[in-house]
Amino acid sequence: MSSPTGAGAAPAPRRVLAQTRFETRAILRNGEQLLITLILPVLLLVALVRTTVVGLTTDGATRVDVVAPGVLALAVMSTAFTSQAIATSFDRRNGVLRLLATTPLGRGGLLAGKVLGVLAVEVVQVVVLGGVALALGWQPDPSGIGAAVVAVLLGTAAFTSFALLLAGTLRAEAVLAIANLVLVVLAVAGGILVPAGALPGPLAAVASVLPSGALGEALRAALQDGVLAGGPLAVLAGWTVVLGALAARLFRWSS
Amino acid sequence: MKRYDGRAVVDGLDLVAERGAVTAVLGPNGAGKTTTVECCEGLRSPDGGRVRVLGLDPATRARDLRPRVGVMLQDGGLPTGARPLELLHHVAAMYARPVDVAALAERLGLGSFARTSVRRLSGGQRQRLALALAVVGRPELVFLDEPSAGMDPQARRAVWDLVGELRADGVAVVLTTHLMDEAESLADRVVVVDHGRVIAEGAVRELLRSHDDRTLRFSAAPGLTLTGLAASLGGGGVPPASGAHGEHAAGEHAVHEVTPGDYVVTGHVDPHVLAALTTWCAAHDVLPYAITVGRRTLESVFLDLTGRDLR
Ligand SMILES: Nc1ncnc2c1ncn2[C@@H]1O[C@H](COP(=O)(O)OP(=O)(O)O)[C@@H](O)[C@H]1O
Ligand SMILES: [Mg+2]
Repeated sequence: MSSPTGAGAAPAPRRVLAQTRFETRAILRNGEQLLITLILPVLLLVALVRTTVVGLTTDGATRVDVVAPGVLALAVMSTAFTSQAIATSFDRRNGVLRLLATTPLGRGGLLAGKVLGVLAVEVVQVVVLGGVALALGWQPDPSGIGAAVVAVLLGTAAFTSFALLLAGTLRAEAVLAIANLVLVVLAVAGGILVPAGALPGPLAAVASVLPSGALGEALRAALQDGVLAGGPLAVLAGWTVVLGALAARLFRWSS
Repeated sequence: MKRYDGRAVVDGLDLVAERGAVTAVLGPNGAGKTTTVECCEGLRSPDGGRVRVLGLDPATRARDLRPRVGVMLQDGGLPTGARPLELLHHVAAMYARPVDVAALAERLGLGSFARTSVRRLSGGQRQRLALALAVVGRPELVFLDEPSAGMDPQARRAVWDLVGELRADGVAVVLTTHLMDEAESLADRVVVVDHGRVIAEGAVRELLRSHDDRTLRFSAAPGLTLTGLAASLGGGGVPPASGAHGEHAAGEHAVHEVTPGDYVVTGHVDPHVLAALTTWCAAHDVLPYAITVGRRTLESVFLDLTGRDLR
């Protein structure tokens, strides 16, 4: 503790980068988070491709070509929504958001670090899931990779906004329950794994305007057919605007 | 001023902290200590009044203040999954010229639990980590909210030493505490708050002096005739109103036989008064078999000021 004063802040990019690394490590090191973001999606991918327990209409495509984009969409949802909502709500309850906001990182840097942390985990997911899918014979359309990246970014924005809305307004225990429940319900009936059109009756219409259905649809269009699907992307953008505005208004930094 | 549910929990509280000095905000539970320092940290916004930290308004100039102000929250705020040393490195990365992390960790004895997750640390270990995070960025001002809560005596000693060093480095230290010995041994100035108001403030020495002096007790044969003793202790001899904790001007003394054979001199006590007492005894052929000079502790001053009821 020699010379006392006038230290000053580290440059903003360095602060945000440090926070990104910190958040990424926190997710990848937490057993439950790892289970929902990586292990379950991998198991699901293998099970859906290798078994026919779940009937799929593939319209002539291979099973893996239909399943892989859906599992990627699910993985994005688990990281950007479920994992982020749970982590942020407990950070809020434990005062972590308050403490970090008193360092030069500030609230803006903290949020930026969280969002970039989500994207970093998604890169890990894409590498792992993509590798497994390729090994299972997946043949994505290379011309759709740009569209897929757009879909992942918009899906991440919509789901992270939703995560922050829950985490910043409800008790941590409630967020834990809701975030897991929503993940399961949307995985089964939200048009993310099974195309919305294949869902029974009115569910098909509902699922296609949910962020889950839109993300699944956009990724399947991109990676199966190399198409930039305007409709689903517009749905994701709409959810981002609405949920983001609500989160910005209602988010409370302390519990 | 800060209101919760329409009730003012901090109202008219003036607090000035100087560089190179430790200011202790002392008060019972619920007095408004945390509310006050968190308004200064920009974590809560006051409903009235004026807060300036290093000359800046924490509500609007947070960005400028954050690199210069270190904060240790009462509720910790540590991420439960993180490991102490890693967290310290992480927070250090937010500052341009942090202190040497390894040396700081060593000072506060973080090494013994550097790789245990925060979730599994004891209260005192968490407090030490939180303190390290508050000072790692070389702040000009640090707010420590109940810094030694839950610490064992060794850890508390390490914290006190560190606070002393910060002061020597010219840092302004504001700490809240309800521990009298902490305030008494650490603080240059004490601000006693209760019900959101300052009820006394000053240097520890002044506080102890102004709230009744030392007392001088002696034991001797019961039933001594005390006439003239008070006067010979320094003149005046007007006894103060009983039960008052007001100031006694030098020279105003009173002597009471509180129980048979036990005498208490109240008023200003110094070596001359002690000498005058023994001179009086010699002149009256009285042999006291015990003479004690008692100093008031901050604790008794505190209890007198804030009352003895629990909140
Ligand atoms: N967020 C809050 N909502 C309602 N009341 C609060 C809140 N924070 C503090 N209080 C009340 O304000 C008073 C002062 O609290 P606090 O500043 O924490 O006291 P201290 O730190 O001196 O123990 C207490 O009566 C407490 O119950
Ligand atoms: Mg408190």
